[in-house]
Amino acid sequence: MFIINCPYCGERDQIEFSCGGEAHIVRPKQPTELSDDEWAEYLFMRKNIKGVQFERWNHAHGCRKWFNMVRDTSNDKIHAVYKMGEKPPVI
Amino acid sequence: MTKYRINKTRFVDQTKTVSFTFDGKEYHGFEGDTLASALLSNGIHLVGRSFKYHRPRGIMSCGSEEPNAICQINDNTDLTEPNVRVTEIELYEGLKASSQNCWPSLNFDIGGINNLISPFIPAGFYYKTFMWPKSFWKKIYEPLIRLSAGLGKSPTQPDPDIYDHKHEHCDVLVIGGGISGIISAKIAAKNNLKTILIEDKNILGGSTIYQNNKNFIIDNQKSNKWLMNEISELEKLDNLIIKTRTSLAAFHSYNYLLAKENISDHLPLDKKNCGIRQRLWKIRADKVIVAAGAIERPLIFNNNDRPGILLANSVKKYLDFYGVSSGLNNIIFTNNDSAYETAVSLFEKGISVKIIDIRKKSSSNIVKNAEDLGIKIYWNSTVVNTFGYKKIKSIEIMNLSEDGSNVTGNKHKIQCDCLSISGGWTPMVHMHTQSGGKLDFREIDQVFVPSEKSENHINVGSCNGDFELEEIVKNTNNKVKKFLNINESGFDKISVLCSKELEKKNIWLLPNTISEGKTKSFIDFQNDSTAKDIKLALREGFKSIEHVKRYTTTGMATDQGKLSNMHALGIIADTAGVKMGTLGTTTFRPPFTPLTFGAIVGRSVGKFFDVVRKTSIHEWHVQNNAKFENVGQWKRPWYYPINNENLHEAVQRESKTARDGAGILDASTLGKIDIQGSDASEFLNRVYTNAWSKLGIGKCRYGLMLNEDGMVYDDGVTTRLGENHYLMTTTTGGAANVLSKLEDYLQTEWPELDVYLTSVTDHYSTASICGPNSKKILKKLFPNKDFSDEAFPHMSYQDAIIDKIECRIMRISFTGELSYEINIESKYGKSLWENCIKAGEEYKITPYGTETMHLLRAEKGFIIVGQDTDGTMTPIDLQMDWIVSKKKYDFIGKRSLYRSDTIREDRKQLVGLLTDDPNEILEEGAQIVSELDKKPVEMIGHVTSSYFSPNLNKSIALAVVKGGKKMKGQKLFVPMENKNINVTVSDFIFLDKENKRINA
Ligand SMILES: [Zn+2]
Repeated sequence: MFIINCPYCGERDQIEFSCGGEAHIVRPKQPTELSDDEWAEYLFMRKNIKGVQFERWNHAHGCRKWFNMVRDTSNDKIHAVYKMGEKPPVI
Repeated sequence: MTKYRINKTRFVDQTKTVSFTFDGKEYHGFEGDTLASALLSNGIHLVGRSFKYHRPRGIMSCGSEEPNAICQINDNTDLTEPNVRVTEIELYEGLKASSQNCWPSLNFDIGGINNLISPFIPAGFYYKTFMWPKSFWKKIYEPLIRLSAGLGKSPTQPDPDIYDHKHEHCDVLVIGGGISGIISAKIAAKNNLKTILIEDKNILGGSTIYQNNKNFIIDNQKSNKWLMNEISELEKLDNLIIKTRTSLAAFHSYNYLLAKENISDHLPLDKKNCGIRQRLWKIRADKVIVAAGAIERPLIFNNNDRPGILLANSVKKYLDFYGVSSGLNNIIFTNNDSAYETAVSLFEKGISVKIIDIRKKSSSNIVKNAEDLGIKIYWNSTVVNTFGYKKIKSIEIMNLSEDGSNVTGNKHKIQCDCLSISGGWTPMVHMHTQSGGKLDFREIDQVFVPSEKSENHINVGSCNGDFELEEIVKNTNNKVKKFLNINESGFDKISVLCSKELEKKNIWLLPNTISEGKTKSFIDFQNDSTAKDIKLALREGFKSIEHVKRYTTTGMATDQGKLSNMHALGIIADTAGVKMGTLGTTTFRPPFTPLTFGAIVGRSVGKFFDVVRKTSIHEWHVQNNAKFENVGQWKRPWYYPINNENLHEAVQRESKTARDGAGILDASTLGKIDIQGSDASEFLNRVYTNAWSKLGIGKCRYGLMLNEDGMVYDDGVTTRLGENHYLMTTTTGGAANVLSKLEDYLQTEWPELDVYLTSVTDHYSTASICGPNSKKILKKLFPNKDFSDEAFPHMSYQDAIIDKIECRIMRISFTGELSYEINIESKYGKSLWENCIKAGEEYKITPYGTETMHLLRAEKGFIIVGQDTDGTMTPIDLQMDWIVSKKKYDFIGKRSLYRSDTIREDRKQLVGLLTDDPNEILEEGAQIVSELDKKPVEMIGHVTSSYFSPNLNKSIALAVVKGGKKMKGQKLFVPMENKNINVTVSDFIFLDKENKRINA
């Protein structure tokens, strides 16, 4: 049960948040021009890292904002949180 | 006093007798006893039978590590509880306990035959045996396994007790109220830190509180005296909360911990009064100090499981804490010094005791103490066998060879009525590893100790591998000061004298003269796994500790292997010839001791289990005899029976009237999302499959929403209220998810769009009126409004006023009938509904529920997302190509509609099904086949919706069938348990294909 520092609200209990999977997967601007394989890469392929992972989180029972979070999945240490559209920090 | 209650102590009040029953017979103990100490004081060791071999088993320990002595508490149908450790339950007046896992009785158990045939029940026996023949499974093996599986009986009535949850925050949480926990809590609390100290026993003090040996002195006092003073000082501190009878269940990340407090478990039944029984504390601590202590290890030798064989330090606790001697003719079998404390204590009370030590010598103070008293010690010796079926009677010992790998010399038999064993100590590293901490293996005394330092928690005392009193006190003081940034404490100048262990020796599996196959050296007492089983698993090719554990079930019983894990590892390491440190341990998972379901769910039971949502019209439905169904959290009217109608009869009547006269449905539960902003039209273009830009203001349109994988996600009608203003409706169950999905896209993929979303589901109530008479009813309700098809066409909306209240009228239809939906602010919903009913009286208006709604839409072939779709259906599969825009460049899911998989022609597609016998109604979910004789039977689809249509006077069904689009007219079969139903594939629109009724 983490304590997550929502970039809009501050520190809150994990129970208020939901995780939206891997971050920085951009929806292709022109999906119709992609091959099946390229589209499948966007649609299905997700990393599952033991270690530092960039994730999307939503403050679902709070401000309802989406933001990004850098978490080490091996020890749940949260290295950074940052707003959507901001550059990912170098970890 | 009984023959075994030989000592008075300050912890048991021998003036207060408590009576209890065990297996129906009445016994007496005293206030302060546990069930275990009370049983032992009555000379009772045998309390249960083992799980697999049904061997007689007795009390082995005095705490949560107890593997054998578990029993059923109480015999009520609602309060009875299985698998209670007799070592943990405090005695109370009227306590009823009975043994488990034996039939017909504890003393004569027929399952004991498993013990005789045990050579034929090796590790993995069940996996190996019950494989064949296949036909034996259902009639023979499964009932057999079910009969022998499980321990104890569950209550059959609901639990009358209340369980509570409480959130707590603190600066420092100390786990464990032994000497190191007490020192830690005092340092923290004295330095103005809000501190909580939890202890699972009913009093603080751990094992030091009854340590009265002269070799353990703190500040010139016996250590128990010193600790008593410390505790009384501790209780005066303001910012310290002491919680006894509270055990830590879980240590999660970010110092989030769960602890269970027993509030009334120790009270007599008439005082429990069904108040709060247990409370689960949810603690967020800034710093955590783990002082969980250590558990004594058994020794592994042949027949080491007989009643009367106990852990040596437990024997000491029964003696010095409860005043009970576990036996009158004791033998102590040890590999370390700590058991000598038990020997000295027994001797000092005049009880016969001898010692067997696998070491060649030991020169510590406590050993000298024993020698000086004249206690007989057999050095360099081991027990090779024990005798006595229901209670130990004698043992055989032999000398160990030079390297300890074998036995030499003659067997020597010694009589006894109690054997105390000690194989050293295992630090309780469970909390540390639960929190994510790692372990190091310490060779010298073969223990895993916490490694890796954490900023947020430390381990002190014996759970950190400090076993000697002096290092416990001094290291705890130093570590806590450093951890909490404190310069000085009251313990800096403390003087500690204690006996120090210099000679150490450990043999995981003690040698014997007889071959291993013929010995029973138990490692996991509760699951009956032996050293032989572990070696067999290794011979059969299991290498990983996790696999060996599961194959032999070692460590998988309700005690989670607190006594057995280390020996299993040790024997694996010895057999495989590897170092223990390289093997790693199995994972310790929460809870540390079993939690009741009640404590886990707390107050969220019965009507508090989930939120119940009711529409503003709910009361009317109740008064009019509606039967309800749950749709998500909503209570929706299902049908409205008149007189004694059943579901079928009511639905037939409602459906007929809705098409012949008028029907009214409470549609308030549909999800409603208010969409505003200059890019609202563009947004809808991207989230729906069809085009929205050209929808006129005041018009409505049906939309289908896909997932990015092309599968149908939700549907509903959206109305354009203004240039930049829409009202979207969603399915009842999908409302929250649709809003979340739309917000996700807006915030993360299309932040450039100027769009605002607001959930307004609860803001409006909706009365939906359909049927040929609906227009007349609307005219009566809104006399000034023009309801002609020209002025108010299908798929349009208008503002209106009723009883001076503004409302919106949408002319939309989910039944295929002429139909209007009136939306009004929720607080006026019931009044609107009553007006509609009143106005409709002369036109036979009939309220109908969800079942009729489903039937009516099925007659028209309208899908219900979630019933006719299951997350694997594209709009093309549903034959809804018409709603998928070819012109739009992109929308959510578009690209997926022509992936190689989604364009397959043999995908399951929506079709209609007509039964050859028009009165035969198919079962929803039934499988569909095309060839009955083909083996194996190929299932080509399933029925998704099925009803008897009163308007068509025949059975109709929707189904999804592989390649169904091209099967119209084809004969298929729906095989049921005792018959095959013949069906024909048809169009899925059964009624009014021309859509004439919509303008009737
Ligand atoms: Zn927030």
